[in-house]
Amino acid sequence: MSEVPAGTNGAKQVLGADDVRRAITRMAHEIIERNRGLDGVVLLGVQRGGVWLAEALAASIGDIDREAHVPWGSLDVSLYRDDIGLRPVSPGAVSEIPFDLGGATVVIVDDVLYTGRTVRAAFDAIGDYGRPEMMQLAVMVDRGHRQLPIRPDFVGRNLPTSTDEVVVVTETGVAIS
Amino acid sequence: MKHLLAIDELDVADIHRLLELTDHMVEVNQRPNPKVPALRGRTVCNLFFEVSTRTRLSFETATRRLSGDVMTFTVSESSVNKGESLRDTVETVAAMGVDAFVIRHRSSGAPWQACRWTTAAVINAGDGWHAHPTQALLDAYTVRTELGRTGGFDGLRLAIVGDVKHSRVARSVGQIFAALGADVVLVAPATLLPVVAEHATSDRLDDIIGDVDVLYLLRMQRERMSEALVPNLHEYTERFGLTAERAARLSDGALVMHPGPMNRGVEITVDPAELPGSVIGHQVANGVAVRMAVLFDLLGSGGVA
Amino acid sequence: MTRTLIRGGRVIDATGERMADVAVEGGRVVDVGAGLGGDEVLDAGGCVVAPGLVDLHAHLREPGGEQAETIASGTAAAAAGGYTAVVAMPNTEPAADSRSVVDFVTARAIAAGRCEVLPSGCITVGRRGHELAPFAELAAAGVRLFTDDGSGVQDPLLMRRALEYAAGLDIVLAQHCQVDRLTEGAVMHEGECCSRLGVPGWPALAEELMLHRDLELVRLTGTPMHFLHLSTAGSVELVRAAKADGLPVTAEVTPHHLSLTDELLASFDGNYKVNPPLRTMADVEALRVGLADGTIDAIATDHAPHSPETKEQPLDVAPPGMLGLETALGVALAHLDMPLARVLAALSWKPATIAGVSDRHGGPIEPGGAANLVVFDPDERWEVAPARLASLSRNTPYRGVKLRGRVRHTLFDGRPTFRDGAVAT
Repeated sequence: MSEVPAGTNGAKQVLGADDVRRAITRMAHEIIERNRGLDGVVLLGVQRGGVWLAEALAASIGDIDREAHVPWGSLDVSLYRDDIGLRPVSPGAVSEIPFDLGGATVVIVDDVLYTGRTVRAAFDAIGDYGRPEMMQLAVMVDRGHRQLPIRPDFVGRNLPTSTDEVVVVTETGVAIS
Repeated sequence: MKHLLAIDELDVADIHRLLELTDHMVEVNQRPNPKVPALRGRTVCNLFFEVSTRTRLSFETATRRLSGDVMTFTVSESSVNKGESLRDTVETVAAMGVDAFVIRHRSSGAPWQACRWTTAAVINAGDGWHAHPTQALLDAYTVRTELGRTGGFDGLRLAIVGDVKHSRVARSVGQIFAALGADVVLVAPATLLPVVAEHATSDRLDDIIGDVDVLYLLRMQRERMSEALVPNLHEYTERFGLTAERAARLSDGALVMHPGPMNRGVEITVDPAELPGSVIGHQVANGVAVRMAVLFDLLGSGGVA
Repeated sequence: MTRTLIRGGRVIDATGERMADVAVEGGRVVDVGAGLGGDEVLDAGGCVVAPGLVDLHAHLREPGGEQAETIASGTAAAAAGGYTAVVAMPNTEPAADSRSVVDFVTARAIAAGRCEVLPSGCITVGRRGHELAPFAELAAAGVRLFTDDGSGVQDPLLMRRALEYAAGLDIVLAQHCQVDRLTEGAVMHEGECCSRLGVPGWPALAEELMLHRDLELVRLTGTPMHFLHLSTAGSVELVRAAKADGLPVTAEVTPHHLSLTDELLASFDGNYKVNPPLRTMADVEALRVGLADGTIDAIATDHAPHSPETKEQPLDVAPPGMLGLETALGVALAHLDMPLARVLAALSWKPATIAGVSDRHGGPIEPGGAANLVVFDPDERWEVAPARLASLSRNTPYRGVKLRGRVRHTLFDGRPTFRDGAVAT
C-alpha cells in the first residue's frame, strides 16, 4: 500500500484538518462517557498509523477532563499477523507499553479499520503482555469490507470505499485515492 | 532475501533492516513470556557438520521464541568420513519438509552447495574460514546499541586482532562494519592475514590501540604454532594480546569484543569483567535476537519487502 | 575396399590451405582435389578438413578409475572432440610404471578402436618420487612421454638423475610443476579471490619454482623436457627466456587456463576446481600471448574425469580436474584471437611432434598420408550440455556455455569414429 499525500495525483480529500480535530474531540468524549471515571483505561496505538491518533486522543481526553490521566503506548503487531509469509512484512517501531495491561481497559487505536485482521493480531499481541479486563476499539475511519467479526466502539467517520481504493489518514485530513 | 549466506551478499539496506528487526526481537526477549507466534507451523533444521553447542543453542532458542519447530541434526565427523554426503543429508532432511536449513560446516562454501539441493531457505551458521554472517550481525547490533549508532558506523574505528586468515568471524565482521561505514584495520603478523586483505592491515597493536573505538579480539588457536605461523603463544600475547598495559591505553568508551570462546592468557590476559568497555556478555544475549530477526526476515517476509 | 570421400571442405594443414575433396582408402589419404568420387560420402560443406587433433595430456582413468572414465569412453570423447591420438597419463591404479600396465592400456585402446592411445610412463616407481621407473623397458613398449603427472617430482636430485639417465633413450620427460610443500591443502589460486572465499591458496610461486629448477636442470644435462599445463604469467616468462637461451624445452597450456579465471570458484562449484588452479585474467592473457608467440607449443586438455558424487563434495574435498577432450576445439576457437592454422598447429601438428607421432598424426593431407583427420565447422556456435557428452563423467566447467567451432566428423585410420555429430558405433 503506497501512501499518497492528500490532494495530489487524483486523491480525493474527504475530511479536512478541522474535521479530524472535531472527530478526535468527539471520540474522546465518547471514550470518557463509556468508561465512567476512566479508571484503568489505557490507549494503545497500533504501529504505524494508530500511534499519533492514540497520543491525540490521550491529549484530548486530558483537555476535557483535567483530573484524568490516560496513559498511551504503541503496539507493533507484525509478529502476530496471520499473513506472515504471504506478503512482505515491514515492522514499524518497537512496541512501547510503559504500563501494565493486566486488568486494564485497553482501547486499541488505529487509523483505518478495514478487514479487521490487524485488530485480530492486536488481540493476540496484547494477550502476551497481560490479561486486560476489557478491550475496546477506536478508529478514525471505518472503510468496511470486514473479513472478521470485529466492530469498532468509537469511529471518526464511516467511509464507504471500494477494495481498490487507498485511504490515507493524517492529522491534516483523510484522503481516498 | 531468500538465503543468508554471507555479509558481502547483502546490501546496506538489508543490513539496516535486519538490525532494526532485531530491536523488535530484543523487546520480545525482555517479556516475561518471550515468545511470539510469528513462525507457527514453520520448521527449521539445524544441520551441524561441526560441533558448536553455542551457535546451535542460539538458533534453537531463536526458532522456539518465534514458535517455529526445530530439528537438529548433528553429523559427526565419523559419519561424514563414512561417506554421508552433504547432498544426501540435505535432500533427505528436505524431503521431511523443512522451511529453513541452518548449516555449520568445516568446509568453506558448503551452504552455497546446499542451496542447489533444496528449495528451503539456507542460513550460514559458519563455513570453514569463510563466513559467519549471524555472528557479524550480532556484533554490529551490539555496537549499534552500545554506542547508539543507529544511523551507521561512519568514522568508527574497528580493529580486528588475531588470526584473521583462518577466521570466518573476522571476514564477516570486517565486511559488515565496513559496509556500515567503519574504518577497519586488521592487526596480525602477515602469517595470520589473508594474502590479499580486504581492509587496512597492521602488525603493531601498540600503534593503534589508543585510537580504536572497538577492539575485536579473535580466538588464537593453539594448533597454529605447529604450522609455523607464530613462534609460540607467549610471543603472540606479547605482540597482540590485550594485556593490562594495553587495556589501560584504550580510549574512554572503547568497546572490547570477542566472539568466544576465549583463550584467557593468550589473546586476553585481563579479566574481561573488569574492563569497562567489555561487551562480550551482551554479544551472546544479542545472538538470539539477531537470529530471530534473520529467521523472521527469511521465513516471514513472503518475499522481497 | 571402401573409398570414403570427404566432400567440399577447406583443407588446412601445416603446408597451407585449399578447397578440396579428400579421398581416403585403406587408412590412407589416396587423393586430394576437386570433383572426386567415393563409395561413402562425408559432407564437409562449410567445414575445415584438418589433420586429427593430438592431445598430449588426457586422464583416461583405466585401470583403476573406471567409474569416472574408461579407455573406451575416453576415446569416444576424444573422437567427439576431433582427436585421433591422445597421450594417456600414467596416474592410474596401478600406475603406469611397468610394461604390463602400458601393454594393457595399449590393448584396450586397440580394442576400442576410436583413436590412438599413447601410454605415458611414470618417472618414478608408483609416482612416489623415490626411485626411477624403468625408462628403457617402457620405451621399448612404445612409451615416449614420461611424467609423474598428478604430482611433480619433488626431489631435485632424483630429477637430475632422471634427466641424466633419459639422455639417449629418445624419450621426453614431462613435468607437472608443483612444489607440494607450498600447496598443502590448496583449493584454488592464491590471490584476492581465495582470500575473500576463505580457502587455502595455491600460489603461482609453487609452479614457477619447480619450473625454474627444471629449466636449470635442462641447462645442466641437455636432456629435452616438456612442461605440462603451465598456468601463470611467470611461467610463460621463464619458458620464453629458456627458449631464447636455446634450451630444448616445450610447453603446453590447457583450454581452461586460456579461458577461465579463479573468480568462478566464488560459486563453490567443484567443477571449477582443477590442478593447477584457474588463475587471474592477467595470467590468462599472458598464456594467450605465450601461445601466440610460440613460447607455448601446444594446447593440451588435461582431460580429467571425475564422478558427480566426488565433484559434489565440499570444495576442499572434491578432487581437482575438468573434462576437456570434447570442448577443447570449441574453447580454443571461441577464446583465441589467432589464425585458424595457428590454432590447429597448437592442437595437432605441434603436439604430434612432441609426442613423436608425426609420421601418422598431424602431417600434411596429401596422397599417401595417414587418414587421421578431423572435419569441423569453425563457425558453428553450440552450447555445452553435460548430459550429451561422450565421457562417462560430467565435470565440464563449460556447462551451458556457448563455444565456437564444432566437430562434424573424425576419421581415425581411415574410418569415421565420429560422424555427423555422433560417435560412430
